[in-house]
Amino acid sequence: MPDSSATGLHAEAHDPALLHHFAEPQQQRDAASLGMWVFLATEVMFFGGLFLAYLVYRLKYFGDFGAASKTLDVRLGATNTAVLICSSLTVVLAVWAAQTARRTLLIGSLGLTMILGLVFLGIKGVEYNDKFVEHHVPGASFSFEKVPIPGHPRQYSDPRHAQLFFSLYFVMTGLHALHMIIGLGIFLWLLTMAWKGRFTPEWHTPVEIGGLYWHFVDIIWIYLFPLLYLIDRHP
Amino acid sequence: MSEHSKSSPLPTYFVVFLALLVGTALTVYASGLDLARFNAAVALTIASIKATLVALFFMHIKGASEKLTKLVVIGALFFLLLLLGLTMTDYATRLWS
Repeated sequence: MPDSSATGLHAEAHDPALLHHFAEPQQQRDAASLGMWVFLATEVMFFGGLFLAYLVYRLKYFGDFGAASKTLDVRLGATNTAVLICSSLTVVLAVWAAQTARRTLLIGSLGLTMILGLVFLGIKGVEYNDKFVEHHVPGASFSFEKVPIPGHPRQYSDPRHAQLFFSLYFVMTGLHALHMIIGLGIFLWLLTMAWKGRFTPEWHTPVEIGGLYWHFVDIIWIYLFPLLYLIDRHP
Repeated sequence: MSEHSKSSPLPTYFVVFLALLVGTALTVYASGLDLARFNAAVALTIASIKATLVALFFMHIKGASEKLTKLVVIGALFFLLLLLGLTMTDYATRLWS
């Protein structure tokens, strides 16, 4: 709560952080966070369509998806998952630092979040490069060996169905990477604002809702990782 | 937020962080086991627990003072389940094709 206990309209009008159409700072914060959550709900549906496409084709071409999934590098995928989890921790630390007016921790956490985001994209770039080298990128030069489908003797994976897996792989991880790049842009802006000392315990709404966005992108990856990398690794 | 400032949320953050890392290691380990039809179920259960931890503690759904926020989250999940569930009632029952 603001330190001023005056309840007159005059006192509120002089609180620079409180916009005039809100009754109190808590209401203003709730409104901003609710708006972000509504946006995230639309994002759930946005990614939901892709998860649905994945689900339908995974069930239809079960063995082919398993064979294609096995060509992904689990160590890189798991490393990236850990990198994103670390970045989520630095984001909550940034929000806490803004709430408690710790400027150095705020700037450090925002910067560290950006570095972790860049590490994620770098590892993703290495993985994409591997896929180009192996001709696993859907298109004219796509090629995929007919490997035996586990558990089904004398059945071999169909390269066309494997190509479907890689199409979904590139669209889903690509859209996720695009969200990461947008997130990096948001965090660069937050870092600039924090550097200028614009955030106070009374007003740090951008850090909070920017953080919500970052965590959401983390949650998407939490689902992408097992669905794309881990579906058919057991013997 | 004001009620949070009394006790530090940092221990919670670090416990959740460790749980997320353990969950990641666990899901990689479980993917190497032969659980027959349950590999996907185990992987998705672990992913859902991790996602719930992030939403509850990192995105502050647990301490949200605004009920509308919780309603939006539940609404988003509901419509996602409608999308997946109703579509699969079609695709999963096309035994004749």
